[in-house]
Amino acid sequence: MPSADIIAAALLNGLLTGGVYALVALGLTLIYGVLHIVNFAHGSLLMLAMFGAWLLVDRVGLDPYAALPVMTAIAFLAGWALYAGVIGRISGGDDRRILLATLGVAVVLDNLALVIFTGDSRTIDTPYAFAVVEAGPLLISVPKLISFVVALALAAAMWAFMTRTDLGRAIRAVAREPDGARLVGISPKRIFALSYGIGIGCLGAAACLLLPTFYVSPQVGNVFVLIAFTIVVLGGMGSFPGAVAGGLIIGVTESLGGLFLGESLGPIGIPLIFIAVLLLRPSGLFRTAR
Amino acid sequence: MTMRISRRQAIVAGSASLAMPAVARAQSASIKLGLIHPVTGPLAFSGSQCRLGGQMAIADVNGGGGIKAMGGAKIEALLGDAQLKPELAASLVDQFAEAGAAGFTGCFSSSLGLAATQAAAKYNLPFSIDSGVADSLTARGLANTFRLFPPATECVDGAVLELDGVNKAAGSPVKSAILVHENSEFGTNTATALKEKLPGIGIKVLDVMPHATPTRDFSNIVLRIKEQKPDLVIISNYINEYVLLIRTLVQQRVPLVAMFSVLGGGFSLKFAKEQPEIAENVMDFNHWYNPRKPESLAFRKRVEDAGNTFSWEVLFGYYAVRLLTDTFEKAGTADKAKVLPALAASTYFPDMLPYAPTKFVNGQNQGAHASGLQIQKGEIRVIWPEQFADAKPVFHQPKL
Repeated sequence: MPSADIIAAALLNGLLTGGVYALVALGLTLIYGVLHIVNFAHGSLLMLAMFGAWLLVDRVGLDPYAALPVMTAIAFLAGWALYAGVIGRISGGDDRRILLATLGVAVVLDNLALVIFTGDSRTIDTPYAFAVVEAGPLLISVPKLISFVVALALAAAMWAFMTRTDLGRAIRAVAREPDGARLVGISPKRIFALSYGIGIGCLGAAACLLLPTFYVSPQVGNVFVLIAFTIVVLGGMGSFPGAVAGGLIIGVTESLGGLFLGESLGPIGIPLIFIAVLLLRPSGLFRTAR
Repeated sequence: MTMRISRRQAIVAGSASLAMPAVARAQSASIKLGLIHPVTGPLAFSGSQCRLGGQMAIADVNGGGGIKAMGGAKIEALLGDAQLKPELAASLVDQFAEAGAAGFTGCFSSSLGLAATQAAAKYNLPFSIDSGVADSLTARGLANTFRLFPPATECVDGAVLELDGVNKAAGSPVKSAILVHENSEFGTNTATALKEKLPGIGIKVLDVMPHATPTRDFSNIVLRIKEQKPDLVIISNYINEYVLLIRTLVQQRVPLVAMFSVLGGGFSLKFAKEQPEIAENVMDFNHWYNPRKPESLAFRKRVEDAGNTFSWEVLFGYYAVRLLTDTFEKAGTADKAKVLPALAASTYFPDMLPYAPTKFVNGQNQGAHASGLQIQKGEIRVIWPEQFADAKPVFHQPKL
């Protein structure tokens, strides 16, 4: 049995990791909530955002946190352009075609990254990479702490944007009743592109928060995308509070599972919780909160 | 004459080669070799490195006039991407055999190699393994399979011998160790063998910690290591997890005498350059060139001058092909009936590697050995055995 200090450290680490998981899932849940499609390109776009962040750090010389607003803006524009120029045009309004279009985009992006960046993994070295905050016997990683705080702040800002602004209300209107929204002068097409852009913008922010503690490679999206899908289903597809709560729950489950069951068997905790939620509350924890 | 080939060109050429109709390829009088590697998916980097080496060897042979005993016949590469799917590796062997391949090299991963060598055995076509350390690759009695490079057992035995020597020379500061390994065949077999052999050199194994690939976070493993206070952590895993684990060990200030790995996937020049502070003094028992041979350094420069990263996989990809082409030259034919006995009797020596003379027994070269390595001042140095070493071991963990 691990000591109380170790359990506390694992719990804290799970929460910190869960914050970034939540940010990755936030974009996915927004895209599902508005477009009603599962964005299969999410992992590939996260990978591309991480390479973008890496280029800003390694080639331009920006600090990863200073690169965050730049990368978020670039990712938003790229997401908006991708939907307006490719996915939306291919789909012709048919959800099944959107699904296939995102899958096609994922395949193209993965292979493009492989040709441009090769299969190699890259990491960055920052002056604060190994900085820790000492809390009694616990050593809390400073980059993870920053990522957690920024991820939750961005999630709160997103929630405020969706509930307090006219544009946010327009997005929610299109999500619930596109025809009704059209009748009051909202263009669902523009809202779809905007929502896709915001969803991918979240990935731009997540990329900068992940970079100080993680590696980037053409396969890195796969490492996070399944977790993000699990979080979205767990929290309730389309729910912001659900994505945040789901991210934290999954982070803690993963961490404690690894501690008590070992890193090979530990990940079993995530599918177990997932199955339990599907059995007991199939619409997810926060389905009504959209 | 040598040709410069970048990994990017290699990938593009591979795609083009697969897209080209088999009929078009069959019209050439050249000798076809199937190069099967994972060039997409999680092992894309290592697979691409092996392919790059293979293509450099083919460029050298063709540039030097082809197989002279066969009237200057050129070598043609049939490039296959096995991803990380053994069934795909086997299927590529079938496709290339049908296209007239005279032999194969591959597949970086042992699991891919097991499937591909078995598929090639159906056609009795020679298979020169370019990496993949599982003993079973050459221990199944397949007459078509040859490995110029050392198997896992030899690497573990060598690692234990080196660790014993380095530890004793430093006054035996290491008395306990924790083994961390990835949980597939490579990591599990390595850790199992180490657990059995380490007590024999006075090192008590406190714990064995497997992990999956990929693993996103090593905090739990490191917390458990910290609680048990080992002198040494021994790692056997792949590239990304290797770096993440060492970063977490340093960040959580785990007081170790040293960090050691056996066939550490992330122990590379790139790791040494990207993470210089934490990479310094990390030790590994792995494949590397003989630094005392000028040809080795010239080969590395050739790879780097072409814009590629140098790693041991390039050398292995290179020599796996050269073993086959040397055999074609000596047998005067690419006919498998003559090539297989010629391979079994081959004494082809990979002169840039720190090996004893080549002798194949059941397809395994008995002269192949890995080396004790250490990152010192951003460079990989050979520290063991003495006859190939270009630096002395430094036995303590980097402090930040």
